[in-house]
Amino acid sequence: MLAYTLKRIVVAFLILLVVSGLTFSLSHLSADPALTIAGEQASDEDIEAVRKLYGFDRPVIEQYVNWLSRALQGDFGKSYHYKAPVVEMISGRIGTTMTLGFLAIVFALVISIPLGTLAAMRPNSIIDRFALLIAVFGQALPTFWFALMMIILFGVWFRWLPISGNTTWAHFVMPTIALGYYATPALMRLTRAGMIEVLSSDYIRTAKAKGLSPVSVLFKHALRNAIIPVVALAAVWFGFMLGGSIVIETIFNLKGIGWLSYDALLRSDLPVVQAIVLIFASFYVILTLLSDLLNAYLDPRISVR
Amino acid sequence: MSEKKDVVLEVDNLRIDIPVSAGLLHPVRGISFDVSRGETLCIVGESGCGKSLTSLAIMGLLPKNADRQADRLNFLGKDIRDFDERQMAKLRGVKMGMIFQEPMTSLNPSYTIGNQLEEVYLRHMSSNRLEARERAIFLLDKVGISSAGSRLGQYPHQLSGGLRQRVMIAMALMCGPDLIIADEPTTALDVTIQAQILHLLAELQSDFDMAMVLITHDLGIVARVADKVQVMYAGRTVEEGNCEAVFDKPLHPYTSGLLRCIPVPGKTQPGEKLGTVPGVVPNLVGDLNGCMFRNRCEFATDECKELAETPTVLENGHAYTCRLKPDEMEPSTGGRL
Repeated sequence: MLAYTLKRIVVAFLILLVVSGLTFSLSHLSADPALTIAGEQASDEDIEAVRKLYGFDRPVIEQYVNWLSRALQGDFGKSYHYKAPVVEMISGRIGTTMTLGFLAIVFALVISIPLGTLAAMRPNSIIDRFALLIAVFGQALPTFWFALMMIILFGVWFRWLPISGNTTWAHFVMPTIALGYYATPALMRLTRAGMIEVLSSDYIRTAKAKGLSPVSVLFKHALRNAIIPVVALAAVWFGFMLGGSIVIETIFNLKGIGWLSYDALLRSDLPVVQAIVLIFASFYVILTLLSDLLNAYLDPRISVR
Repeated sequence: MSEKKDVVLEVDNLRIDIPVSAGLLHPVRGISFDVSRGETLCIVGESGCGKSLTSLAIMGLLPKNADRQADRLNFLGKDIRDFDERQMAKLRGVKMGMIFQEPMTSLNPSYTIGNQLEEVYLRHMSSNRLEARERAIFLLDKVGISSAGSRLGQYPHQLSGGLRQRVMIAMALMCGPDLIIADEPTTALDVTIQAQILHLLAELQSDFDMAMVLITHDLGIVARVADKVQVMYAGRTVEEGNCEAVFDKPLHPYTSGLLRCIPVPGKTQPGEKLGTVPGVVPNLVGDLNGCMFRNRCEFATDECKELAETPTVLENGHAYTCRLKPDEMEPSTGGRL
């Protein structure tokens, strides 16, 4: 297990290095940053001056190494547009995004695992059909439409929940449901499929033959094995929710990272984009690492392979 | 019962029906037997004859859509036909233990051997983890696993098939059951390991004075360990009796056919062809009439199509279900063991 953990960490580190290189080079390939900073009316001399000032005339490798070494010290430079340090812009907003992403994935798991398990226990029963219905809706409804419907119903008609901002926990209720519901179908169907397979396995028959209680058969013996692919998928979804909550953050006016990245992309605000991409790539890598380790704990055979 | 025998399990006219798309499947069509403490009953038959379903029916582990009926199903003197899942769970693992065919997949890959052994003890015996652990070590030692204490921390994938089956046996014995059902316990193992496991089972059975139902298709196994033999064909018993009687003088053409399939040291000549039972088991869907073996039987006549499947019982308890008189089948194909 220790060797496996170390191996996974080394791999994760290498992936991060590659991602940082890609992040850096891609945003440099897409447009001439000097042109963006100097503005549309700038003369050629102005652009050249900006190029010198920001070091865009240096070899790309040198720029990359400089950028990376500063990034490692927590310095992602200043926003071209807002002229504020990128780190400050991100740290002020990341709490909102993390809170939303975390609540959403917890919401999704709390709904999908019990529902998937119930559906698997009685395939084609009423509960199974109901779960399928929920899944189909979740898959089919566009997130923004679902969010708007909730706003109309709970925010405007009933006036139960605030519809904009992030000052209280109540502000997070609708965004959490809107974002979490989107992840529910995949997680639930995977739980269901896994449980159906595991419940017909030989070791579940053994557990029953041992006279164990249904609770023990279901939760100790079945769920732990069925949940392994769900853990991996949930980690990916969590990463997606952190980076992909742009629509939800915009609708509910939660000024998180998603909102910031949208803004930065529109303005070609390169340091901000680079920092956000690198941070979210790191989240993905760390989440994948954690899910790998959790799976190795759940199924000891994994660390042997 | 007049005898002093301590009957553990009595099964009378056990039937199982399973609805399938083509109609109603009758995999088990009236099986009766009893096993006493210290006795080994072998149920023999080829794949699909209903022997595994019979064992699952006793344990109450049939698939949900299967319908189990019996005139009598007594375990330790109690009628368990109407026992619900909760009542059965109190018998399984404590009073009746089961050993399955597939040791490679019958243990949960996510938990250590120790955990899986201890949990059954903790579930049924009011005891603590320490006692459960001691019991597990005692039994692992008993089933021939060396350095039992350190094995407890190992996971199933770290053990070979033979060792896993030993663990399964130890698990079935954790609470000291009165009945042990072994469903083809050696089929998935290497030949050399098969003999070891079988000897082990026989030894433990007499050590712990249990009743054992051993389900197998291997007549070699039966000859070595059985007290009583029950030969199943197409969901029914075609022949039963004590081990010597059946092996000495098989009375049903199917039994004698099976016996011809195995080589006998000292009797089978080099180069001699072993027998086969031609054909396949019949489809058991819908209404069934007559002797089900007639399509594969060299003695079959038109009479066999109408035959009621009622057994003929000889004075030594040896019974068979065939229109032939006890000596009509001999000498051409009689028993050779």
